[in-house]
Amino acid sequence: MMGNKKRDLILSLIFAAVITAVLVFIDKRLHYSMLASVIQKASIYALLAVSLNLLNGFTGLFSLGQAGFMMLGAYTYAILTIPLDQHASVYQYFNGGVVNVCLPAFVGVTAAGIVAVIFAWLVGKPCLKLKSDYLAIATLGFAEILRALIQWEVLGPVTNASNILMKFPKFDSILTPVIVCAFCIFLIVLLINSSYGRAFKAIREDEVAAEAMGINLAKTKMQAFLTSAFFAGVGGALLAMFQASVQARSFTSAMTYEILLIVVIGGIGSVTGSIIGSFLYIASSEWWLRFLDDSQTYLGVNIPFMRGGFRMVVFSVVIMLIVLFYRQGIMGTREFSWQGIIDFFKKPFAKRERKAVKDNG
Amino acid sequence: MAENVLHIENVTMQFGGVVAVNNLNLDVNQGEIVALIGPNGAGKTTVFNCVTGVYEPTNGKIDFLGETIVENFPRGKMKKLYAGENMGMYNEAVSHTPDLITYKGIARTFQNIRLFSKLSVFENVLIAKHMRARQNFFSAALHLNRAEEKRMREEALALLEEQGLDKYRDDVAGSLPYGLQRRLEIARALATEPKLLLLDEPAAGMNPQETLELAAFIGEIRDKYNLSVFLVEHHMDLVMNISDRIYVLDFGKLIAHGVPAEIQSNEKVIEAYLGVSEDE
Repeated sequence: MMGNKKRDLILSLIFAAVITAVLVFIDKRLHYSMLASVIQKASIYALLAVSLNLLNGFTGLFSLGQAGFMMLGAYTYAILTIPLDQHASVYQYFNGGVVNVCLPAFVGVTAAGIVAVIFAWLVGKPCLKLKSDYLAIATLGFAEILRALIQWEVLGPVTNASNILMKFPKFDSILTPVIVCAFCIFLIVLLINSSYGRAFKAIREDEVAAEAMGINLAKTKMQAFLTSAFFAGVGGALLAMFQASVQARSFTSAMTYEILLIVVIGGIGSVTGSIIGSFLYIASSEWWLRFLDDSQTYLGVNIPFMRGGFRMVVFSVVIMLIVLFYRQGIMGTREFSWQGIIDFFKKPFAKRERKAVKDNG
Repeated sequence: MAENVLHIENVTMQFGGVVAVNNLNLDVNQGEIVALIGPNGAGKTTVFNCVTGVYEPTNGKIDFLGETIVENFPRGKMKKLYAGENMGMYNEAVSHTPDLITYKGIARTFQNIRLFSKLSVFENVLIAKHMRARQNFFSAALHLNRAEEKRMREEALALLEEQGLDKYRDDVAGSLPYGLQRRLEIARALATEPKLLLLDEPAAGMNPQETLELAAFIGEIRDKYNLSVFLVEHHMDLVMNISDRIYVLDFGKLIAHGVPAEIQSNEKVIEAYLGVSEDE
């Protein structure tokens, strides 16, 4: 047992070192490539998917407010970190705005999470009493209302209304989002493996039994909801940094569905599933399947149905296939382990050995 | 006289116009095994749900170790609808959520087993330890308090060993045979460190042999954990075997109360259970 632990630690360290080396290489040589941008966006989406999974997969609360919390995070970050000398140009329709602070980036990111938590508390108080679909509708409604509210003219001096917010600090290296997201996901994994994580799972399995075991439903659900919102806010701030601009219009419910889709593809209730799902989804939608949107000519024949939007058609078909034939997603509720990988690679050999024994005997 | 653990006083539970439990008075003393029996639909489980905070009774009071944990009187639209007795006797409303009642020391099992069926046997018991863990959200989430986590794990494991469930510790709870699931549910209830254990039809679906074992088991845990046990049951063998006192409920009303021998010969009870023939 002890040997396995040591082996896993060593393998993890080697893995982390290799990843870091590859990332440094990509950062130095391919900073503006598609690969670099996919890595950044996918790691941010991985964090967002894991934070949604904490709620949907581990606590059994079906929430669709993710885009709302992300928007809060993105706006908080943007508003607090735009350099003072840029205020006049960003808030050109609102006389330079009313917020006259410029905080360091990491303070902005933390504040993004905290603001999301505050709003989550306000929403959660009345809404967390609702069950399943009703909670989904309530949180979805909240996100939509918030999106409209942020674009309201009256709030313009703070939020710049429906105009774009930009010129705040961006990532200087592709390592930054990867490291921040990895750290946040690590924190969520710690939580899931703690006593509170078990309480979340108990609520997912059976609310009545959980309550009879002394788990305070309202309080524990709120803890999960706030934690999820915090990391959604942080993820939103990171997304803002990645995109270099923030506009309420982009935080639609479609964004929540995208993240929900990643969770479903990866496996509801699996952190590693969400991470793998995120990289696959972002790489496909941003990169690998891009060619579907352009008209293509093969062997002199122009394929007529390949045009803008065809990518989404293919996507929909893939999703349908997953839901129909692969309902558990990639990982189900399992998690990644080195033992699992080793067993996976050993399996064909084991079969061969058994066969050899059989043949000889 | 032994110390009183559970004192149910004039409890009436009315759903709309239906009186499910009518003016029930019941006591459980320290170290006793008390059974509540009655035909189907007599309101036995409703009594449990009132004690554990799932329902608020319409009228009446429930004390646990001298502290009032539930008290209610007909309010709102129940004022008009109320069909029970002792209207106006109580004028305070005390209620707690089920988790707080568990915290105070009343643990329960369910009629139709409610394990966390997709989680492991070990996790099932470990979850019940969460309530009394000395930790807060941040210290637990960041794994700062390893000693506490270790203690929880050790205690949960010790409990599994005592119940003979330790060889199944990594099995999925839902995959256990029925009898073991019942046993695990009791183990999980014990993990909350209760003073009073409520068992809702613990022998449901068990064969005579298993029922016999269960009877011995209930007696054992009572002595070992210094518990009082209050159970609802259909199996007469089990009830007559282990109960110190028996209450009989029919259509929500208490029709008899006494030691097993008295109940066995009570005419009203026989009537409720077997019915009276029309010839007589």
